[in-house]
Amino acid sequence: MTARSDGVPPLQWSASGPYDLRETPLSTPAIPLLLAAEGDGEFHAPTVADFFPPAIFFEGTPFEFNRIMLVRFIAAAVLLTVFVIAARRAKVVPGRFQNVIEMILDFVRNSIAVEVLGEKNGRKYFPLLATIFCTVLVMNLTGVTPFLNIAGTSVIGLPIVLALWTYVMYLGAGVKAHGVGGFLKNSLLPPGVPAPLYVLLVPIEFLQVFILRPATLAIRLMANMVAGHLMLAICFAATSFFLFDASGGMKLFGAGTFVAGSAFFFFEIFVAALQAYVFAILTAVYLNLSVEAEH
Amino acid sequence: MDVTTLAEVTGNIGTVGYGLAAVGPGIGLGILIGKTIEGMARQPEVSSQLRTTMFIGVAFVEVLALLGLVAGFIVPA
Repeated sequence: MTARSDGVPPLQWSASGPYDLRETPLSTPAIPLLLAAEGDGEFHAPTVADFFPPAIFFEGTPFEFNRIMLVRFIAAAVLLTVFVIAARRAKVVPGRFQNVIEMILDFVRNSIAVEVLGEKNGRKYFPLLATIFCTVLVMNLTGVTPFLNIAGTSVIGLPIVLALWTYVMYLGAGVKAHGVGGFLKNSLLPPGVPAPLYVLLVPIEFLQVFILRPATLAIRLMANMVAGHLMLAICFAATSFFLFDASGGMKLFGAGTFVAGSAFFFFEIFVAALQAYVFAILTAVYLNLSVEAEH
Repeated sequence: MDVTTLAEVTGNIGTVGYGLAAVGPGIGLGILIGKTIEGMARQPEVSSQLRTTMFIGVAFVEVLALLGLVAGFIVPA
């Protein structure tokens, strides 16, 4: 940004991390306004750097361990502990704790597995779907857990692992059900289309089955969590700035941003559950497309 | 020749791009959810099936807007 001709000095601020705030696509005209309005206090707008926190240990190696990895380990530990306790104490007449766990698993089995895949295949793939649903749910909920404050799924690594799992499973299921040739014919040559159109359709279907499905699974989950984190962070950062650093009447805006932030907080809980549901149901749909009888 | 600046944009033009990227999915979600509600009102007994199908459709449409969000971070300014 060059100095303007009217003598107003260019805005100066520093954004920590490798990303300059002005260059991120989420910087809006409102940010310079807020920054220009600041006195001594700094307005810390959230940036992409939030998702690349400094390493805790093993810096520079492929095993670099940072805050988000720590959050993932905590979430995985909580998930394992809850399910081990539930399995150990399983009774015929469930208590309140067991009831909640059973409700979640029942929901996955009835509303996702059996509803999409049918009775036989639904029960067969239920462990896969339940694992995906619970993992995504817990990893998403860390984004709204106080002190953790970032979703384990908001960096692409974990969504890619889950999407690859789905990818391998639905390719494997298709090959197992129809053989390699049958699966390719099933998924690349949709029936009831005049033959010349296959020139167009085969590449599109190929892209769809082998690239777009797993890629969109991973991107959908990550982008939802990134967007959610940034919305929450910008609302609460603005609240803090307005309440403590802004002067006089500007403090009133803090109430507005706090209400908006709280609303987004509850919306994020909903989104966390919805994304877990969407990931699991799409896995079920892809499995079903692979295994269902030839048209 | 002097260049007169009538209007100046600060910040990143990518935000405008994201706004444009959100138009299509916005319309799509509106049609999709509206039609589902219509179907549910006409035939409440199939509403659970409609809801499941709607969420699958929503996931496909929603990813377009999210690709717009991601593209801003991937493509360097």
